[in-house]
Amino acid sequence: MDAFLDVIGYSTWAVHFLVFFPLVGMALVLAGPDSRAKHTAFGVSLVEFIVSAPLWFAFNAASHSFQFASTVPWIPQWGIYYRVGIDGISLFLVLLTTFVTPLAILGSFRYVQKRERAFYAMMMLLLTGVVGVFVALDLFLFFMFWEIMLVPMYFIIGIWGGERRIYAAIKFFLYTALGSLLMLVAILYLVFKYRALAGGLSFAYADLLQVPLTFREQFWLFGAFALAFLIKVPVMPFHTWLPDAHVEAPTPGSVVLAAILLKMGAYGFLRFLLPLFPQAATHPTVVLILLVLGLLGITYAAWVAAVQPDAKKLIAYTSVAHMGFVVLGIFALTLQGFQGAMIVMLSHGLSTGAMFLLLGMLYERRHTRNIADFGGLAAVMPVFATLFVFTAMASIGLPGTSGFVGEFLALIGTFQTHPWIAVLAATGVIFAAYYMLPMVQRIVFNDLDKPENRELSDLSRREFAVLIPLMAGILWLGLYPKPFLERMEVSLVQLLDVVERKRIATAHPLSELISLQPETVVGSGD
Amino acid sequence: MADQSLFLAVILFAIGTVGVLVRRNAIILFMCIELMLNAVNLAFVAFSRSVGIEGQVFVFFVMTVAAAEAAVGLAIIISIFRHLESVDVKDFNLLRG
Amino acid sequence: MSFEPTLLWAILLLPLTGFVVNGLTAFLAPERKQIPTLVGPGVVAAAFVIALVNFFRMSGAEHLDPVIVSYWSWMPVGSLQIDAALQLDQLSILMTLIITGVGSLIHIFSIGYMKADPGYPRYFAYLNLFVFFMLVLVLGANFPVMFVGWEGVGLCSYLLIGFWFKDREKADAGKKAFIVNRIGDFGFLVAMFLIFTNLGSLDFRDVFAAAPEMFTYGAPVVTAITLFLFLGATGKSAQIPLYVWLPDAMAGPTPVSALIHAATMVTAGVYMVARANVLFALAPLSSTVVAFVGALTALFAATIGLAQNDIKKVLAYSTVSQLGYMFIGVGVGAYAAGVFHLMTHAFFKALLFLGAGAVIHAMHEAFHATHKDWDPQDMRNMGGLRRFMPITWITMWVATLAIAGIWPFAGFFSKDEIIWQAAVHAVGPYAGWAKLIWFMALAAAILTAVYMTRLMILTFHGENRSGKEEAKHLHEVPPVMWVPLAVLAVLSVVGGWVNVPHEIADLPVLGWIPTSEWLHHWLEPLTHTADAIIAGNLGELSDTAPVGGGAGAWAVISFVLAAVVIALTARTLLGRSYRPAHEAAPATGFLRVLQNKWYVDEIYDAIVVRPVIATSRFLWRYVDQLIIDGLVNGAAHLARGFGAIGSRLQTGQLNTYAFAVIIGVILLLGFVVL
Repeated sequence: MDAFLDVIGYSTWAVHFLVFFPLVGMALVLAGPDSRAKHTAFGVSLVEFIVSAPLWFAFNAASHSFQFASTVPWIPQWGIYYRVGIDGISLFLVLLTTFVTPLAILGSFRYVQKRERAFYAMMMLLLTGVVGVFVALDLFLFFMFWEIMLVPMYFIIGIWGGERRIYAAIKFFLYTALGSLLMLVAILYLVFKYRALAGGLSFAYADLLQVPLTFREQFWLFGAFALAFLIKVPVMPFHTWLPDAHVEAPTPGSVVLAAILLKMGAYGFLRFLLPLFPQAATHPTVVLILLVLGLLGITYAAWVAAVQPDAKKLIAYTSVAHMGFVVLGIFALTLQGFQGAMIVMLSHGLSTGAMFLLLGMLYERRHTRNIADFGGLAAVMPVFATLFVFTAMASIGLPGTSGFVGEFLALIGTFQTHPWIAVLAATGVIFAAYYMLPMVQRIVFNDLDKPENRELSDLSRREFAVLIPLMAGILWLGLYPKPFLERMEVSLVQLLDVVERKRIATAHPLSELISLQPETVVGSGD
Repeated sequence: MADQSLFLAVILFAIGTVGVLVRRNAIILFMCIELMLNAVNLAFVAFSRSVGIEGQVFVFFVMTVAAAEAAVGLAIIISIFRHLESVDVKDFNLLRG
Repeated sequence: MSFEPTLLWAILLLPLTGFVVNGLTAFLAPERKQIPTLVGPGVVAAAFVIALVNFFRMSGAEHLDPVIVSYWSWMPVGSLQIDAALQLDQLSILMTLIITGVGSLIHIFSIGYMKADPGYPRYFAYLNLFVFFMLVLVLGANFPVMFVGWEGVGLCSYLLIGFWFKDREKADAGKKAFIVNRIGDFGFLVAMFLIFTNLGSLDFRDVFAAAPEMFTYGAPVVTAITLFLFLGATGKSAQIPLYVWLPDAMAGPTPVSALIHAATMVTAGVYMVARANVLFALAPLSSTVVAFVGALTALFAATIGLAQNDIKKVLAYSTVSQLGYMFIGVGVGAYAAGVFHLMTHAFFKALLFLGAGAVIHAMHEAFHATHKDWDPQDMRNMGGLRRFMPITWITMWVATLAIAGIWPFAGFFSKDEIIWQAAVHAVGPYAGWAKLIWFMALAAAILTAVYMTRLMILTFHGENRSGKEEAKHLHEVPPVMWVPLAVLAVLSVVGGWVNVPHEIADLPVLGWIPTSEWLHHWLEPLTHTADAIIAGNLGELSDTAPVGGGAGAWAVISFVLAAVVIALTARTLLGRSYRPAHEAAPATGFLRVLQNKWYVDEIYDAIVVRPVIATSRFLWRYVDQLIIDGLVNGAAHLARGFGAIGSRLQTGQLNTYAFAVIIGVILLLGFVVL
């Protein structure tokens, strides 16, 4: 395999291909007729996946530096380069993206009925944006991809969504845009700070890492970045865009939103927040606040989820709960916590993606998302019911599925540093059962008492083919996560190292450090 | 001679301006604008006697632009009339906030 | 000589294969019942044979260290190294034998019991999957692998309780079991976090080796660890306060109740405490809590069992009560005694449930034949069944005598040992509690004899109350169902003979069975650390009961007491006449409180379930929608409001704009000129 990849020069062009091929795909979709759009889009995303798969083999797990990296001048006068690369943190997020997208497209074959060309073109654009976010090593490029991805998502919700699609689309857009504007300001501050020191402008990630910052600067910049990421994750109380967006979005939109877009926030924490502002990010008060936000997400969202009448909304709230584990794992600032957060992200991508696909399949048959409209489906749709129960179990973290590995690692990592928060967060396993099982019961169990449900057809081959890879992924991650863990380990250890090294030894009270009085105490800032 | 010409131009311009401000019929508004343009043309010609030939060159430009404007403007008015059965500018309120 | 296990992986893989085959059959060819009939019991029996081979080889081995077989690295993260590993030792092979042995019999019984059910292949698929997870639970070599089995059996229990999911109550019961168990699982998780943080490993071998050195006797950390572990055990093993799911779990098919909710899964908590005996021995406070909760549950559940009319409900509360005994055993530090009772209980309780299943099967067929809508599980509708079902009758009496503690049946030896161990451990700082526990255990033993005799009398003796026409359809179950009963009956007799203490063997008459104490010696390698800790810290154990008397004397007393209670109860009840359920007067007074299970379900509903749901609604409606979304939408409305004011300036009237322009020009000119 390695020899073959060397011969075709895989590592030199792979990332560029992954970023730009979907744009080619978008052109192909638009050039073809409406009726072929979905096939073209599926083909393109499948090629994308096939090309991305060798990353798994070609990736050198022993190195924490960026691999498959390259730099091309773009606007060199302003220090803006097209810089891309992949390390252990972004590797699996890229793979998750390329893995889930074809399935999401295949799953939407029947769901999307109008303006198909435009729809699949948007999906292609989205794919470029997301892959771009995960591979960009230039903050300007990163920000551009971050914003690009808003546009197709806005249209996907706004055009192909449900009844309240406009409200949901605008809410999604404004929430995200608000956060990213502050992030842009923070990026520019960093860049100008760099110019003051080095004499020239640069948006390069590696350059900006070197910018020395006082604690006060770190704190405010951290705040600006964190807001963007917290909204994206989303963390309570910035989460209310998510239920609306999920409910209104068409199935593939929900799948991509849940499986991939939410990961961008958590990715931002690991890639930018921790290494760029390590002193702010490790300040005990800041850490405590973020851990409490994560904890709130886990418990609060679980409680709210339990009483949702709308199945999609319920799952949307469970996303908030799952992402709470991610935030918890990251700010535990331990290796187990980091690894746990990463695995929760992958697991959530698979299980929640599958959940939305399953609910979408129900919606295609019954045109309702109300839990109360179903019941007893196991009698008429046994295959569906089996996969549904399996997915639900993965979602609530049954051992042997991916959910358990992630949550277990995240919690055990948190327990090392903040035992009480971990204990409280562990109650999440109870609440998970509390929200998930009643829904499972009311959809697939109980009596088949609604006449509309008597004639429902079980899953078609296409639908089955969409779900099986996700189920296989869930089991693989749950039973043998080692290949994933070992590929991420070195990068995460390195990250932890950087953070720990720069952590300020004595913690000053936060109020003193962020006050607007002239600074007397500064971090070492090297 | 120049004084009289300028005086006439001022009067024509004032008539055009008042017309634009008070009339509602789109065609009349249009003609008032033409009137204002021609008042300006007159002023250009009048000044060209003392200042130089450039004023007369400008007049040609204004006349071409006015002709183009008349063609596009009239087309728009006709198109609006087909939609609204009216040339009253009061009815052209699609952009009102 | 180190011991090499034989086909250890196959013990697990066989039931898993059965699950896959039966599961596929359920989808692809549900009408081909011969596949699950062969595969379902076949794989479990094959696993039993392999376990037996291993057991005999282990018995023959001179020196037996726990054998740990690591298959792959599961969660390697820095200092946390968790392998997918199995551990074969004296305790896990014993549990494996019980699970696969009793499991095979119950699988065979199920062939007859479920033969008319359309979900036949699905049933065997779930049952095989359960056996697989149960084996993972007992064979796992570290806490996380054990937890895989721990939650896996919970899943199967959930699926099997709700097997007839069309009935909402049954689906509800499955859900309740899962959620209540998850409360226990939370405790298990936290215990794992504590263990890893303090000991740096989750492997049984490392943890139990390091614990005595890391923790002092009674250290707060080890107390916390064990209390959280025990919270897990109360969930899985249905102890106060988390026992409420088990009686509801009777909604599942009766063989399921026999396998999961009597013989195997519910004893997982006892197994876990026995497995972690080193930790519990280091935490005297936790151990006392374990024993006291066990005693309280034993007594409390027995009182409820007195008043139930549903035959399976009586057995369910009986199970809860007997599990309480096991916790008394492992709580006072007599780990072998707890495991011993676990084993004998697996025999006689599985037998009781299967017997009840046979009865229900017969009653159901009879009522079905005449289209009578009576409850086939209500004992008030039965009576006099001994004439129709002699084998079931005899075997169930064997089990009843065993559970009531009659010599020489199995339960006598195991229960007597537990009660006696509670007495001898009544020393040290918690001696008072141990004495109380001893009294409670005795009281519960008397109640056990009462409710079991009541069950037998109501079901098998007296007049038949099912109706004349129905009585013609009553008959003994087919051999595929009664043969397992007979085998279990034999085990319920001889099962206790493997661990006869010398005190009893020295007695006249009762000493007919020779002393063996085999189980005690068998488990000794696993418990000797804990025994040493207890012996070192508790001091000299007592050799008399709290009120005086030695082991032999109390063995005789408890036997005589049980026999007398059975005789008295039988005499009293046989003298009464009963009416069928629909004619019976509703219970009054204290009996009604017992019949309604002390209203615990209602209390939980009022103080836990409803408030949680109300809070959830409050959070959604008010915090999420009103406050957070209110702020968001409010901000949007504010922006829109400003826009509306600005847009007033746009009249759309050309004249207005032109006027504004001219005013502007004049003003500008004015400024320039002036």
